[in-house]
Amino acid sequence: MKRISQNLIARVDRRDFLKTTSVGASGLILGLHISCSRTVEEVVREPKFFFKPNVYLNINDLGDVTIVAHRSEMGTGIRTSLPTVIADELEADWGRVKLVQAFGDEDTYGDQNTDGSYSIRMFYMPLRRAGASARMMLEQAAANQWGVDVSECQAKNHEVIHSTSDKRLSYGELAEAASQLEVPKEEDVKLKDSKDFKLIGKGTSIYDLPEIVNGKAVFGIDANLPGAKVAVVARCPVAGGSVQDFNDEKARQVPGVLEVFKLDSPGFPTEFNPLGGVVVVAEHTWAAIKGREALEITWDYGVNATYNTDQYMAEMAERSVKTGTIRRDEGNIKGDLRAASEVLEATYRLPHICHTTMEPPNALAEVKDGKCRVWAPTQHPQWARESVAAALGLDPADVEVNVTLLGGGFGRKSKPDFVVEAALISKQIGAPAKVIWTREDDIHHDYFHACSIQHVKVGLSADNKVTAWNHHSVFPSIGGTSSNEVVEPQTFELGLGLIDFPYDIPSICMESHEAKARTRIGWLRSVCNIQHAFAIGSMLDEIAYARSIDPVENLLELLGPDREIRFDEKMVEFFNYNEPIEDFPASTARMRGVIETAARESGWGKPLPAGQGMGICSHRSFLTYVACVVKVQVDGNKISIPELHYAVDCGQVVNEDRVKAQFEGGAVYALSGALKSAISFKDGQVVESNFHNYLLARMPDAPGKIEVHLVPSTEKPTGVGEPPVPPVAPALCNAIFAATGQRIRELPIKLV
Amino acid sequence: MSSITLNINGESHSLENVPEDMPLLWVIRDLVGLTGTKYGCGIAQCGACTVHLDGVAIRSCSTPVTATEGKEITTIEGLSADGSHPVQQAWMEKDVPQCGYCQTGQIMSAVSLLKQNPNPTVEDINVGMAGNICRCGTYNRIRDAILLAAEKGGEA
Repeated sequence: MKRISQNLIARVDRRDFLKTTSVGASGLILGLHISCSRTVEEVVREPKFFFKPNVYLNINDLGDVTIVAHRSEMGTGIRTSLPTVIADELEADWGRVKLVQAFGDEDTYGDQNTDGSYSIRMFYMPLRRAGASARMMLEQAAANQWGVDVSECQAKNHEVIHSTSDKRLSYGELAEAASQLEVPKEEDVKLKDSKDFKLIGKGTSIYDLPEIVNGKAVFGIDANLPGAKVAVVARCPVAGGSVQDFNDEKARQVPGVLEVFKLDSPGFPTEFNPLGGVVVVAEHTWAAIKGREALEITWDYGVNATYNTDQYMAEMAERSVKTGTIRRDEGNIKGDLRAASEVLEATYRLPHICHTTMEPPNALAEVKDGKCRVWAPTQHPQWARESVAAALGLDPADVEVNVTLLGGGFGRKSKPDFVVEAALISKQIGAPAKVIWTREDDIHHDYFHACSIQHVKVGLSADNKVTAWNHHSVFPSIGGTSSNEVVEPQTFELGLGLIDFPYDIPSICMESHEAKARTRIGWLRSVCNIQHAFAIGSMLDEIAYARSIDPVENLLELLGPDREIRFDEKMVEFFNYNEPIEDFPASTARMRGVIETAARESGWGKPLPAGQGMGICSHRSFLTYVACVVKVQVDGNKISIPELHYAVDCGQVVNEDRVKAQFEGGAVYALSGALKSAISFKDGQVVESNFHNYLLARMPDAPGKIEVHLVPSTEKPTGVGEPPVPPVAPALCNAIFAATGQRIRELPIKLV
Repeated sequence: MSSITLNINGESHSLENVPEDMPLLWVIRDLVGLTGTKYGCGIAQCGACTVHLDGVAIRSCSTPVTATEGKEITTIEGLSADGSHPVQQAWMEKDVPQCGYCQTGQIMSAVSLLKQNPNPTVEDINVGMAGNICRCGTYNRIRDAILLAAEKGGEA
């Protein structure tokens, strides 16, 4: 590779600079490195002292505040939003805050797995305390200097002010004295009153915005090192297959190709290991791609060579009407279905879909002198670190994982396989290696969202009440990626929108069925909530029409009286997103709140012109309550969406603009699945290959307008990365029914 | 393999041993070292690699480098030195980006669109931007930003 990224070299140098020059008594600056995207030009000041009250922030004698972003930025704004929590409690001037991205290091920073929509939920309070305790120390330092009681000293906008005089001291002036004080005990930390928030609940722009729009932001694919070579890998088209034989003669003749070698395959289940294959290392990406094209490989396709999704879906559908494994059972399902005057029965079918982050998987690694350094767009730097260490036989302490910006994540980039690939390749070639997945690689070898069958039977009584809900959920489990023994949905997967069914129906029975994974199954933005919300949201609408009741009224009636549901007492195994149900109960009142808000704000119930219809779906996922109303326009078989409304209750909002952005974008993400995307397998191989046949929502598919109505709340904050997705497809299909009378039970939507 | 000279962002770059079929994208990224232009699909389906050739948006992933010799190539880095182009400014004002990966390509497409059509309707924008995929789904804000840039004379 001819040219080295100046930004990166500069960053590495500065990191070393910080390590060697600013390691104070505590050494806490260790483990930090320079921000994902800031370039070197901007900092030339040379501080002499750092006040480091905890691992998440430091203040130097010049008054610069540095905050550590320890979660990965893939587009949610978390790299900005969590630091604003610290800055707000610290009373820091956001304009004087610099961010640095943390290395993957659990002992230092706690959990860094940016997944499951829990960054804010997990870190909101700890980071408030981190900021507040530093603020208290600065106030105490000022009080000591002035010889006054600390109650007369108030931190405000980067300085401490004495309330009965004009005296003020800047944070820079106080840094050294504050560092001599003891950090307040957790129980003594005084948090701000929420009415005094300056950043929390507001809409701070993302820190990396300028660099993103001027092209200087550094994503994983942009990271570089002197002497780095580019690698692409020919992986077996069938998950779990391996190389039987290969001829690299022509590949080696491609100008720029340096090395070709085999990487072992893990068999099936693959777990989260690299898939192996034939590696082509070259001077630049194009040579690597052309070299790979010239390879002749004979594959052993392995155990999944007969995987055909048409057949697999048919088999799941057959099982879905039989008795399954009962996961939740209330009332008398058989009796109430028998006694019903009308039984509604429907099967909902969803295909595999894949993540398709705009930046495909890639990683840069350098294995040298018994250590490994990695730069990667990873959602889970700690897992990447452990996996690289295990693959190389190193102590995790000798593996450094630097987190770049991620060009999308959606769950794909929490898996460490592509990072380990880069490390193994670097070790083999004795030089830094950058592995790049082409789009075809990404689509062929994803950890796919499970294809699924949901079969639902609902009993209606003679007096038009809903008496029974019998739901069969069938899909290959994520667990099947790691173990041959997991052949049925796991509790946590059913906890994603099925067994936490909140409606007040006398008989409820939830069953699962066997479906052995025949490819790598993974978690994709909102995971099993996608299929469960689709089936439940659609059937609730079918019920409304069967009962001749307005769909919103139907939902509110079926929710029943306001209550907090103790799901844990209703079944043997429950999953509440790893939170105690006491802390995050399932509140039907909050669900009611979002349904009513969405209906009101969308103008629900008003007459619409011919060809238009409105549909609603409400769904709680990741402990956040969401209702979505879609207004659709159908002309022939052309679908357009003039309006889409969300009502959201995610507790205390941290960054209003980014919450809204997650919902706007989540709607479009969901519309890809609703309108366009499907992965199919034939003979174990993915049929689709790139964006010409794996279709995604484009601008003309986006709603005319998307409105996000946030329900004011001071409840504990919950996540917003995933909750936008589940209710969109059912709300859209319900709207299409309202507009046309066509009931859609399979995605992507095909109108007849 | 050949020696080529490219005019990128007003600077002349002489490069040796460049394969004739090498797409402009990889030349820009791997040989010249400008990484603001992104790889997304390699088949002109997503627009992440959009640059300007003599002022018109092209997909650099599917344009052989030899077809660009003697022409003016503009990448995001050459759009403005400091992010001050009206379209970039509109992008900031509307807080368009989420992950940001596709946004340089979106901006390059938007600039080209506004050059050809300084006052586009929403429908014009939908059609003009349909070649650029944003997986984060920022389309509504992109529309708003283009309308804002148009209002402020974004073709500048």
